[in-house]
Amino acid sequence: MSGLRAALADGGRFVVTAEVGPPRDADPDAITRRAKALRGWVDAANVTDNQGANARMSSLAASVLLRAAGVEPVMQLTCRDRNRIALQSDLIGAAALGVPNVLLLTGDHPSLGDHPEAKPVFDLDGVQLVWTARRMRDEGVLLSGRPLGRRPSWLIGTVENPFAPPTAARARRLAKKAAAGAEFAQTQYVFDLPAFARWTAMLRDEGVTERCAVLAGVGPIRSLRMLAFLSTGVPGVHVPDEVARRLRGVPERRVEEEGLAICEETLRELAATPGVRGAHLMVFGHEDEVPDLLRRAEIRKGDPDVDRL
Amino acid sequence: MVNEPRPFRPRISARLAYTLHAGLAPNPFYRRLAAFVEGRPRLARWFTSGERAVKERLFGCRMCGQCALPVTGYACPMTCPKQLRNGPCGGVSADGSCEVDRSLRCVWVTAAERAGSAGRGGDLDLLQRPADNREWSRSSWLNYWQGRDEGLTTALGDG
Repeated sequence: MSGLRAALADGGRFVVTAEVGPPRDADPDAITRRAKALRGWVDAANVTDNQGANARMSSLAASVLLRAAGVEPVMQLTCRDRNRIALQSDLIGAAALGVPNVLLLTGDHPSLGDHPEAKPVFDLDGVQLVWTARRMRDEGVLLSGRPLGRRPSWLIGTVENPFAPPTAARARRLAKKAAAGAEFAQTQYVFDLPAFARWTAMLRDEGVTERCAVLAGVGPIRSLRMLAFLSTGVPGVHVPDEVARRLRGVPERRVEEEGLAICEETLRELAATPGVRGAHLMVFGHEDEVPDLLRRAEIRKGDPDVDRL
Repeated sequence: MVNEPRPFRPRISARLAYTLHAGLAPNPFYRRLAAFVEGRPRLARWFTSGERAVKERLFGCRMCGQCALPVTGYACPMTCPKQLRNGPCGGVSADGSCEVDRSLRCVWVTAAERAGSAGRGGDLDLLQRPADNREWSRSSWLNYWQGRDEGLTTALGDG
């Protein structure tokens, strides 16, 4: 049973997910260490699937390791590297191994990763994959039409970028994914709160937020280098001038502090934004900062030393 | 890859494309014509080459054999580097350029604009089912007239 599903059903709870990137080697402890920092503080954690088209431990293996370490996994699965046979196979495998949540997406293009010479698969797209998984679970059929004996029960999630053109169509796009079967959606980094609020308002008008819970992507910008990287090096991330000005306006040694302060303010505002069910934290290797960030934003209470036991 | 897809800007307006399409709408004559052509391999090859020549020039057609143009504002989704048939990915830059090649405009930005301007924005809400990869290099017009594309595009219900 998915704890994330239960958390999303609890209307009074601001749901928090985080992200665990699998290691580039065969060390299972890399997952355990990250799990230790997050345990008890997040409702679930995404396990990325060769993120940015860089080869790493598989998301399925890392999801099983994360679950064993006491954090509920959300297994990411992309269409970049697998055809429809392999996608359905990994989905069934995940269900059999007790992975309770899946996050289905198209994936970054291989040309952006560490194997730019790789063959891009994209046999299905993200919407088709969500639709396929929903039919496997609810109708018990594969794309071939063949029946599944025991059906999977995962919670199905997806992603959306409210800030990427065609921006006017982005609410309709999530509506389409929700209609295809997505029950929750994590978004790209939210730095532009007014634009984000306009997007969620459109979603609420169309009744999408009732069927598909929106978890806003949030994370601190820790340095001017990271600011430059996010502004130009990551497809689809939009950092407004105001945020950039604030980070550039403080001495170099205080940039990280300012970045964390912006992140905390963003979390507070999101928690008060109608139609936002929670946040998806992207802290990349700084999992130990998650408890403090959540307490400062008054999203979670408690003493980490006690709660982490 | 030699045949790597890259976003293509259609060479004719959406309005003209919708008008021309009306002339291709399936009818009993076209259905019989399609069956006749398919029964003669040389004629079928000639017909398919003709279709390719026209659509390649106008829409950057790659001959997937299962044409989605009528529901994408006549901007071909198979020219997207990810061949996305159900809408844009999240990597589109703020200026509307493709994440794979920043010098090109995302084909789905073009599609949304063209479909919207023709009052056909609702087409983008339809689910494009997974394509049949056996149809590559075959004629989509013959498939269309023979009714084989039915079910490729469906409305997503709430159920």
